[in-house]
Amino acid sequence: MYAFELHKAKSVADAAALIAKTGGKALAGGQSLVGAMKLRLAQPGALVDLSGIAELRGIRREGGAVIVGAMTRHAEVAASADVKAAIPALVALAEGIGDRQVRNMGTLGGAIAHADPAADWPAAVLGLGATVITSKGRHAADGFFKGLYETALAGDELVTAVSFPVPRKAAYAKFRNPASRFALVGVFVAQAGDGAVRVAVTGATATPFRCAPLEAALAKSFTADAAKAAKVSANGLSGDLHASPEYRAHLIPVLAARAVASL
Amino acid sequence: MGASDTNVMGKSVRRKEDYRFLTGAGQYTDDVNPDRHTHAYFLRSPHAHARIRGIDTSRAKAAPGVVAVCTSADLEGVNGLPCGWLITGTDGKPMNEPPHPVLAKGKVRHVGDPVAMVVAETPNQAKDASELIDVDYEVLPAVVNCVDALKRGAPQIHDEAPGNKCYTWALGDKAAVDAAFAKAAHVSKLDIVNNRLIPNAIEPRAAVASYDRAADGYTLYVASQNPHVERLLMTAFVLGLPEHKVRVIAPDVGGGFGSKIYLYAEETAMVWASKRVGRPIKWTAERSESFVSDAHGRDHVTRAELAMDKDGRFLAMRVHTTANMGAYLSTFASCIPTILYATLLAGQYTTPAIYCEVTAAFTNTVPVDAYRGAGRPEATYVVERLVHQAGVDMKLPQDEIRRRNFIRSFPHQTPVALTYDTGGYDACLDEAMRLADVKGFAARKAEAAKRGKLRGIGYSSYIEACGLAPSNIAGALGARAGLFEAGEVRVHPTGSVTVFTGSHSHGQGHETTFAQVVASRLGIPVENVDVVHGDTGRVPFGMGTYGSRSLAVGGTAIVKALDKIVAKGRKIAAHLLEAAESDIEFADGKFTVSGTDRSKTFGEVALTAYVPHNYPLDKLEPGLNETAFYDPTNFTFPAGTHVCEVEVDPDTGVVEVVAFSACDDFGNIVNPMIVEGQVHGGLTQGLGQALLENCVYDAESGQLLSGTYMDYAMPRADDVPSFNVGTKVTPCTHNPLGAKGCGEAGAIGAPAAMMNAVHDALAAVGVTYIDMPASPHRVWRAIQAARA
Amino acid sequence: MSVTITLTVNGKSVTASVDPRTLLVEFLRNELSLTGTHVGCDTGQCGACTVHLDGRAVKSCTMLAAQANGAEVTTIEAVARDGELHPMQAAFRDCHALQCGFCTPGMVMAALDLVAANPSPDEKAVREGLDGNLCRCTGYHNIVKAVQQGAAAMRKGG
Repeated sequence: MYAFELHKAKSVADAAALIAKTGGKALAGGQSLVGAMKLRLAQPGALVDLSGIAELRGIRREGGAVIVGAMTRHAEVAASADVKAAIPALVALAEGIGDRQVRNMGTLGGAIAHADPAADWPAAVLGLGATVITSKGRHAADGFFKGLYETALAGDELVTAVSFPVPRKAAYAKFRNPASRFALVGVFVAQAGDGAVRVAVTGATATPFRCAPLEAALAKSFTADAAKAAKVSANGLSGDLHASPEYRAHLIPVLAARAVASL
Repeated sequence: MGASDTNVMGKSVRRKEDYRFLTGAGQYTDDVNPDRHTHAYFLRSPHAHARIRGIDTSRAKAAPGVVAVCTSADLEGVNGLPCGWLITGTDGKPMNEPPHPVLAKGKVRHVGDPVAMVVAETPNQAKDASELIDVDYEVLPAVVNCVDALKRGAPQIHDEAPGNKCYTWALGDKAAVDAAFAKAAHVSKLDIVNNRLIPNAIEPRAAVASYDRAADGYTLYVASQNPHVERLLMTAFVLGLPEHKVRVIAPDVGGGFGSKIYLYAEETAMVWASKRVGRPIKWTAERSESFVSDAHGRDHVTRAELAMDKDGRFLAMRVHTTANMGAYLSTFASCIPTILYATLLAGQYTTPAIYCEVTAAFTNTVPVDAYRGAGRPEATYVVERLVHQAGVDMKLPQDEIRRRNFIRSFPHQTPVALTYDTGGYDACLDEAMRLADVKGFAARKAEAAKRGKLRGIGYSSYIEACGLAPSNIAGALGARAGLFEAGEVRVHPTGSVTVFTGSHSHGQGHETTFAQVVASRLGIPVENVDVVHGDTGRVPFGMGTYGSRSLAVGGTAIVKALDKIVAKGRKIAAHLLEAAESDIEFADGKFTVSGTDRSKTFGEVALTAYVPHNYPLDKLEPGLNETAFYDPTNFTFPAGTHVCEVEVDPDTGVVEVVAFSACDDFGNIVNPMIVEGQVHGGLTQGLGQALLENCVYDAESGQLLSGTYMDYAMPRADDVPSFNVGTKVTPCTHNPLGAKGCGEAGAIGAPAAMMNAVHDALAAVGVTYIDMPASPHRVWRAIQAARA
Repeated sequence: MSVTITLTVNGKSVTASVDPRTLLVEFLRNELSLTGTHVGCDTGQCGACTVHLDGRAVKSCTMLAAQANGAEVTTIEAVARDGELHPMQAAFRDCHALQCGFCTPGMVMAALDLVAANPSPDEKAVREGLDGNLCRCTGYHNIVKAVQQGAAAMRKGG
């Protein structure tokens, strides 16, 4: 790890100011950032530790949405009765992130801001059409994830919470990379309260995307058979040691069907 | 099972070593922190193949905390790392043996090749400074695949190895094999890739080297499986130091699996530098460093053919293998695809004629050497995949084609140089089939089909040659070392015992198993026996642990020393009891005058040996301390049958190992609990190879693509099932324990069993061949191809 | 630059000045000589470094020592009491759930966290619950048995 300065923020405003001043990065749970720094793949000159900011933690139901604070650990989401009652798909998703140790440290906000192409949370944010609440305002899910490790956040903008609208039904199916256990492909399917269908895919490209053929198929018939029959093009999908674009394209409807079947 | 019982042979005594490991009190090399120690970091080549035009270390030397920086130019008088096994080719010439410099000299030949060592006050300072070393590389084309490396026009890696060839070597009667093929009713054939693996002991390699001016000697703590071999190679071949001035200590070692047998560059450079720096130097590999510096395993490309008569009886086998040596010859690299491979191609079968030709190639990859099983998993994979194919081709059940060809008469001379002393192959097959409930398989397959899953069952009837090795035979085959083992039994005046063994325990539980052997032979409680290993300063010259040899060879050395203890004790007892030595019997810890109740306990005799007041000093030395060296007369031949059951999800290509049964014959067993544990671990490594693990290099750049756990899939708890294991016993005929060895069997038998099951499952959708690992992507592609 | 941290390690309060880039595992091993916590990888996957932070299992190689400021850390050294193995440790010994011992401290710490969340895990729950810990020796078979046996002993208050 390269040397860096460490600051501990007392509030969101304090954190934003420290980041603006130092040009540093926010440290949430650190499960991705500390790992990248250890391998000398990331070299921030300063870190601003958010763990002391109480307002960033916690889960609450607010009208038709579940609001999860940015510093809420994956394990806390997985164990939340409120989330389970409102959006059980989020509990299942959180239970499947990394491993138990990672879930005990890693946070929703950190995962969203880091925007790993194989992370799980982005699929839920996009699949539910969530709103990302930040120190500067609000971002709609569509358009938030812009590229490889790239989001709509400004350099000194902090995620403070994510507001997930409660859907009629939703489910997440993940096909794990046999080595890393990240999503080789993850598919989040949701039918909103108004019946609108959203399908978000993670792991398959540099950034999560909504899958039009599946949304169209499931809008017609919200069934596993309809999902499985959908055709997804391999064009533009990632190919690596563990999966070709064609394999990923094949897995997307298979996983969507499994997600629907689990409901 | 209480440990204070003395009747402990064959009992699952709980391990003596566990308390320290469970409470965090184990002492591994990285836990050793001598005063004023410094930290080493190795700058490694980022290129697979490049000429070094120049190295400028001046900026690094001036960096904060830096104590020393050295490159090959500094290592004056230091030789290259040696290879311990000379293979003579079919042309009668010795193998090509290019130099293996400790730090790269003139060229780098694989990603990870060490170029410079930085010694600094902290690990971070050493690493920071390494980034200030300017290496001027002229990047050269690279070749990573062993078949490609032998092609005309391939990048030339060493001047000393034209065409990148190390050797072409053969075993067997080619003419007899050709004749048998000519008259065969059927020939089954396979082209097989045995995938390259990375051993991945969870403790990374580590070393702490220091020089003591007062003693003018060196101490090296190192994560090693064989400290004496490490010392001998390092002092006599590389550094030219007096062997008695170097003490090598391999303390608690966190797994080896072969990867910690070898003499590596890092500890060699550190020992050399420790005197010059004048302070201890410590280095612990980071995992991503282990991936590019620990010797890899396997990596064979093979064409295998089996000739049969009309009834499926094996007439002959013909095997051509290309083996990847990597960029340099590691310590035992050359013998793995030859002596430890071709000799096992008879398997459990009477095949009368076998011919095997092996070409070993240099490539721009990490050196390849022994990894759990070492040659024998590769041989078993060839034989058992081929036998499976033969069963399919001949439309014979998989157990039947095996039974038709089993060896049933012993000793059995194979056509590939080995003489099996004993075995009982039907018994293991029968028991494995019972454990696997083969009778119920059809119903399970039908039930799986209802769920849309393809279920398959596969067999692997493996054999291995262990108990390495008769030194004279090994020497005739090219070994440059002896392969005996040493044991010393030191009886203390109060009758407790310390045993010093040349074997090394890095998970095998020798501290318990060897104590059981001693306790039962001397009739004393297990807790009165301590086992010391892994320290050249304390233990007689031993060859260490590899090749499932510890109990059969190391244990026998201890038994031989115990025999001497008892013989001397008998003399002392005869004197004390005023009886003839020939009338003294030793049993249950007592020396008794035959036919009487007059006796002396072992403890009384021990005390007398050290307090020799009433003692035949004119005829007998005091003391009770004996050493024995044991050189085996033959290999041992553990064998067994493994049966694997898998379910394949045709939608995703996911293979699930739903059941695995193994029946093994390891000869006599001292501690069944430990033996079962060895089998479980071996099976999981074998399943790892078949299901998950794959070391992949980029063919163009020579970069290691599977360079961390993010891309190299290690078996986790939810990747494997619980195992059904059983044993049958035919005792080894040529060692007093009747032991054969159990450490590698799982890794040897499992890959073929699992892949045969995968092929059985995939036959339903028309897939006829797939290589390891049966990853989801690969299985899915095979299904797509078969359907197309 | 250095930062001052105060935390409780195995029941004892510790205050130290550390380089911010000091990982928790480095602090435990090098500053406190608690060498029972091991490092087996550099990508946060092997779990050999698992300790408890405020009672929950975390990977001490993937967090800064400074992130433990104000927290309670428990390492393998504090699991046995007065020389008596904890029921989970005893189960590991009884089931031969360890061989080389290197992954063992992390495995025990993860197992304790798993059982705290699920006092009566079935085989599947144990296997899935240990997916953050690699063992290269045992093939997991006996670890799974041990975790279930240890959980049963803990339920009985043994």
